[in-house]
Amino acid sequence: MLKIEGLHANVEGNEILKGLDMTVNPGEVHAIMGPNGAGKSTLGYVLSAREEYEVTAGKVSFKEQDLLELEVDERARAGVFLAFQYPVEIPGVSNMEFLKESVNAVRKERGQEALTAAEFLKRAKEACKQVNLPLDFLKRGVNEGFSGGEKKRNEIMQMIMLEPTLCILDESDSGLDIDALKVVADGVNSQRSDDRSFIVITHYQRLLDFIKPDFVHILADGKIVKSGGPELAKEVEASGYAWLENHEEASA
Amino acid sequence: MSEQIEQAISREYEAGFVSDIESDTFPPGLDEDVIRRISKMKDEPEWMLEWRLQAFRSWQKMEEPDWAHLGYEPIDYQEISYYSAPKSMKDRPKSLDEVDPELLRTYEKLGIPLHEQEVLAGVAMDVVFDSVSVVTTFREKLAEAGVIFCPISEAIREYPELVKKYLGTVVPRTDNFFAALNSAVFTDGSFVYIPKGVRCPMELSTYFRINELNTGQFERTLIVAEEGSYVSYLEGCTAPMRDENQLHAAVVELVALDNSEIKYSTVQNWYPGDENGVGGIYNFVTKRGVAETNAKISWTQVETGSAITWKYPSCILRGDNSVGEFYSVALTRARQQADTGTKMIHLGKNTTSTIISKGISAGNSSNAYRGLVKMGPNADGARNFTECDSLLIGDTCAAHTFPYIESANPSAIVEHEATTSTVSDDQLFLCQQRGLDIEKAISMIVNGFCKDVFRELPMEFAVEAGKLLEISLEGSVG
Repeated sequence: MLKIEGLHANVEGNEILKGLDMTVNPGEVHAIMGPNGAGKSTLGYVLSAREEYEVTAGKVSFKEQDLLELEVDERARAGVFLAFQYPVEIPGVSNMEFLKESVNAVRKERGQEALTAAEFLKRAKEACKQVNLPLDFLKRGVNEGFSGGEKKRNEIMQMIMLEPTLCILDESDSGLDIDALKVVADGVNSQRSDDRSFIVITHYQRLLDFIKPDFVHILADGKIVKSGGPELAKEVEASGYAWLENHEEASA
Repeated sequence: MSEQIEQAISREYEAGFVSDIESDTFPPGLDEDVIRRISKMKDEPEWMLEWRLQAFRSWQKMEEPDWAHLGYEPIDYQEISYYSAPKSMKDRPKSLDEVDPELLRTYEKLGIPLHEQEVLAGVAMDVVFDSVSVVTTFREKLAEAGVIFCPISEAIREYPELVKKYLGTVVPRTDNFFAALNSAVFTDGSFVYIPKGVRCPMELSTYFRINELNTGQFERTLIVAEEGSYVSYLEGCTAPMRDENQLHAAVVELVALDNSEIKYSTVQNWYPGDENGVGGIYNFVTKRGVAETNAKISWTQVETGSAITWKYPSCILRGDNSVGEFYSVALTRARQQADTGTKMIHLGKNTTSTIISKGISAGNSSNAYRGLVKMGPNADGARNFTECDSLLIGDTCAAHTFPYIESANPSAIVEHEATTSTVSDDQLFLCQQRGLDIEKAISMIVNGFCKDVFRELPMEFAVEAGKLLEISLEGSVG
């Protein structure tokens, strides 16, 4: 589904990704862990074409297309979804309007009919329930006055509604208490399927207790320095990222 | 200065005018003789002519104001023609096929029915079409309620006592340069009279949209709401109308007697000119209402058109407990310039006013809010709340805020909040990441910004206003 080869990317002239390779097959969940500043969030932004993130070398193919050729909204409609670490507010635009426009834009791309008002509302209500948000959230402005936890759950609700094929979760666990974390994880788990893949970016192992990854990658200094199964996350949990320095010295 | 005025200058002098009303156009120039002719064309009584002449004499001694944050070439008032009747049928497009496709595209986006498109585009039609019967139905319904709604020229002839009693009482002839000019040369406009205790049975809207064509450049509107009555009046149209006149100087007067309410909504979408601002409408408007005891006046405006907008719909809160409201969305793009806002003059006790102004600037435009809140010495317990927000799109536009507050009463409370924001990259990225293209993303963010004002508009208008913003913003993002 997704194949990243030798990816290099700059932000404001600084090289953040320095030759990243990764392959994600349909239905897989890949966790990306690593210390602060390793380039984890950059990977999410590069895959979703954020303007300030400039790809300088490498290839990314997504469902047999050259992903790097596509604009932000084209990638979104092709099925790339990014759950933001810090979702921004859009005052005055209700969640309902926002979701409806988004869902229908994506459906149009897939050659599907726009949802009727009734069908949309039904789905939106179900999605709200799934992430434990009260229905009046639909009427409120996008992220307007939401708590940190509400914003994160709102991201997952959008993911459920948009039915993407590649979901990138950028530290969806940060700032959440254990209950909110479970809600987010349940939302994600409910969406796991054979044709949908996930890249779960997290600093802590905690989230991976609830979202079981198939693969864990350690990202450090712009590269994946170690890959393994879920046990790798436990290792990080036990020993932190300090061992990376040794690793880097060893590989230098 | 503009094609239209150049045309006027280059036009050969036509001696007098012939009686074929459809092809009448006065030669450029303004003197007492022109005013006499306008008055005669309108078959006006002597007192009306005298009123106009006095306005003209005052106007001659006045100077054009230059305090607004606007830049334009001086207007030569002798180069303008002060009366141009509707184009004759033979000069009009025969069908929509002959109309500018750009205009038709806009109508389509706004979802305007075909026959209304024809009216708006000025297509020649001598056959009576469907909506005329609708108009007749409206007329009957209004007459039943005792509501008078007619062209002001008709009111001057048919209801002289009412017109005499109220005309110029809210906006005096000598109020300002443009109001004086309007008083001298106004060619038409509307008159509304709501009798005591009557709630006008319909929004004066659809009716208006179909009828209010060719009102000319100097429009005069007078609305009188008797004690305990209510009326909601909608002016303008989201669809860009064909217009041959460049200078517009309208006057609107609202008289809200005890316990009455007037709600006045405007959507203004006149031609803004090309990318360099050439050929756009200059819109200098004086709108004001007087609210007596317990009365309420509410102005809502969506201003997206015109090259120059100079407009301050105001409320004089004369009666105790009277209420004034001003809700405004002003969008400027390309080279458009707007200097708009309101005045809330609190005279009575416990008077309250609310001002919500949303200015959106894009392109190379300039958008200024100018507002005065004045608390008179007797305005015990008066309150004002002002919220004034500016949204910038791109980095070549400008937003300005000029709030003036004068309080002569220590018990009066004035609150002012102002914000300036931009459509942020983060917001655009979120929208695009959810699949929206950039234009849809911007229009959604801008519509959200305007929500507090749109909810004050009558339902049907609010939907159209949203679409209008979307169309106006097309191509304004690089």
